Amino acid sequence: MQFHKYDVVIVGAGGAGMRAAIEAGQRARTAVLTKLYPTRSHTGAAQGGMCAALANVEEDNWEWHTFDTIKGGDYLVDQDAAEIMAKEAIDAVLDLEKMGLPFNRTPEGKIDQRRFGGHTRNHGEAAVRRACYAADRTGHMILQTLYQNCVKHGIEFFNEFYVLDICLTETDEGPVCTGAIAYELATGELHVFQAKAVVFATGGFGKVFKTTSNAHTLTGDGMGVVFRKGLPLEDMEFYQFHPTGLAGLGILLTEGARGEGAILRNASGERFMERYAPTIKDLAPRDIVARSMALEVLEGRGAGPNKDYVLLDCTHLGAEVLETKLPDITEFARTYLAVDPVKEPVPVYPTAHYAMGGIPTNVHAEVLRDNENVVPGLYAAGECACVSVHGANRLGTNSLLDINVFGRRAGIAAAEFAANHDFVDLPEAPAKLVEDQLALLLSEHGQERVADIRTELQATMDANASVYRTEETLKQALHDVQALKERYAHITVQDKGKRFNTDLLEAVELGFLLELAEILVVGALARKESRGGHAREDYPNRDDTNFMRHTMAYKQGEGLTADIRLDYKPVTFTRYQPMERKY
Amino acid sequence: MTASTTSPTDQTTSGSRGTTPPVPEGAVAVTVKIRRFNPEVDPEPYWQSFEVPALPTDRVLNLLHYVKWYLDGTLTFRRSCAHGICGSDAMKINGVNRLACKVLMKDLFAGDGKQTTVTIEPIKGLPVHKDLLVDMEPFFEAFRAVKPYLIAYGNEPTRERLQSQADRARFDDTTKCILCACCTTSCPVYWTEGSYFGPAAIVNAHRFIFDSRDEGAEERLDILNDVDGVWRCRTTFNCTDACPRGIQVTKAIQEVKRALLFRRT
Repeated sequence: MQFHKYDVVIVGAGGAGMRAAIEAGQRARTAVLTKLYPTRSHTGAAQGGMCAALANVEEDNWEWHTFDTIKGGDYLVDQDAAEIMAKEAIDAVLDLEKMGLPFNRTPEGKIDQRRFGGHTRNHGEAAVRRACYAADRTGHMILQTLYQNCVKHGIEFFNEFYVLDICLTETDEGPVCTGAIAYELATGELHVFQAKAVVFATGGFGKVFKTTSNAHTLTGDGMGVVFRKGLPLEDMEFYQFHPTGLAGLGILLTEGARGEGAILRNASGERFMERYAPTIKDLAPRDIVARSMALEVLEGRGAGPNKDYVLLDCTHLGAEVLETKLPDITEFARTYLAVDPVKEPVPVYPTAHYAMGGIPTNVHAEVLRDNENVVPGLYAAGECACVSVHGANRLGTNSLLDINVFGRRAGIAAAEFAANHDFVDLPEAPAKLVEDQLALLLSEHGQERVADIRTELQATMDANASVYRTEETLKQALHDVQALKERYAHITVQDKGKRFNTDLLEAVELGFLLELAEILVVGALARKESRGGHAREDYPNRDDTNFMRHTMAYKQGEGLTADIRLDYKPVTFTRYQPMERKY
Repeated sequence: MTASTTSPTDQTTSGSRGTTPPVPEGAVAVTVKIRRFNPEVDPEPYWQSFEVPALPTDRVLNLLHYVKWYLDGTLTFRRSCAHGICGSDAMKINGVNRLACKVLMKDLFAGDGKQTTVTIEPIKGLPVHKDLLVDMEPFFEAFRAVKPYLIAYGNEPTRERLQSQADRARFDDTTKCILCACCTTSCPVYWTEGSYFGPAAIVNAHRFIFDSRDEGAEERLDILNDVDGVWRCRTTFNCTDACPRGIQVTKAIQEVKRALLFRRT
């Protein structure tokens, strides 16, 4: 076992982690621990843009952006946080430009902006051009630019270090975060990182679903680690299904396509979004578009031999727009479906995309241990966190914004905390939990295979907990997930070696996935209403009387099969009263 | 050299992981021949073959997952996004560098009902850690050495720097790089001279040298004028053929050479 000591340890090297590292690294001795090489992170898969009211191409202001974010989130957004995000968005984009990000430009040479779902002028009048973009690889350019600037600032990375636990030291005022435990993939060795402040930026858990835009590596490790420590996870039942995944595959096709004018059509060629969102049509927020698509298919108007998808029609945009503004998605359709978007519409269906919920934080990115108190020294930002700026449904582009605004805040806050505090002693035998966990996984205790359990988990989640849910389907999902947890106790890891044991890694990841799937389902069962990304067929309306509140899920007891306790947290309102959501 | 070809059924200790999932309709059995090496236990690298059902729409990555998940859990490779964006799964497939998630089986099937064999090796020129997983450090070291970040002097503007659409278009191609190492590890010069920066590092230098906002061109050109710099390039175009993002890599290297000759950008 090796021991390290840093002021700030950042876990995760996607957009949020590296944005935090750039701030923390210039203020304090900082280490970044990352499961993947930084440039492999899934921020790089984001395509369409990052919204900020620059008003470079038409009138806009951050108050409109705030309102859109809150309404888009079906009023479950904490309004103080949304205000901060929309206000700081402008500097966040300008900071990236100054770091070198190659945004597309207007004829005057300013950062160009395009339309995106749910982003409107003057509180819903019409779609507004707010998304700053670099072709359809904005996330790629953000990830590259942030990594380039980490190189510039000499940030210290520990690549392929997989964090499996955090260290919490009990004090009179409650638990304090004092470090993290990492498994070095290259050697199988454990590393204890003592730190004054730890920032979690570990991304989402899309791999609980089969059809997903998420990478294989998005297994919710960070959320799982925090949850196992008895800390809460917030609003986990709110999971976003992106309307335009390549049918059958789930690979993302950016909403920016519709921002540039692409249209969704059903089997008869009808532009069906006109019926569901008469004002902004195809540019309604994702929850509304995904539900509408699912309804079209359920009611028999789907396209294709099995009538199980709809069509994204880009043919009228012309080859030039597709090749210059949407080149990557054009290539994806050609490569993976052998469909040329220039000539024919592309088969699409909603794909599991983004966790609105996560590790609860305040606007300073400090992690909450209950509704009021923080865990000193522990921070979270990005998809793994829940501030909550996305509420029940995130607007397109606001994730890239979130990682930049709150990644930056987390980095600054962690470094300032480190400057003002001494090291606190680590708890006794800090790595014991991880040692025991890995030893157990490597021991022989059954014939169950990780791949089988994962496949069954993903199948039940797709069938029973995706765009539309009912009491019945959710109970089925819960039953299935709990049975799979029992079977997980009997898995065997075949690779017993120390060196790059990705077989063991997949087994660990599956444990997190099972736990997070159950939290999602338990939260969804309890939320007897439809709001944003959580649509209950048996409770089709939003119920502000009973459910205008955040879900807080706690682990009750030890082990994978421990119970989940639900609590609730009030939503923060500043100036916007909930209204019926029409587009 | 112990080159052995075994089918999974021949294995006794670490072989099959139990029953395999049902074969999907329309799948064809193909042979996946993989270069294996685990320095912990193997004295030498060797070839191992697996029979795997493949659909025309399967990516090579699906086949590797099939082997790992159902036949041999010790098979080791990197992968993440599975659609050609993250750059994790560069490997040599049937002799050429490709991302395993971007090669579709329909393009590899042998004609005339013949048995299809897909040969998979680690990318060449970087030390093999285990099976298809190589040490990426030398590659990233070369990347970091060319100062791959915007260099600008003077006071920062309050708003964004202006850049014309034409100036932005000038370096568009090289911004697509995902650092997968397909180009660098297809380069014959890099195979023999590991100290050569390699195509990917030069691509990333190009991305800034030709960015109108950047003021670090001279510093980077000095670095690339070095003995391990652009002059090592013999214009074999392997890099351009290998790039999964369609970047005109050789052209970018030529443009850097020309910039050095004329010392103007």
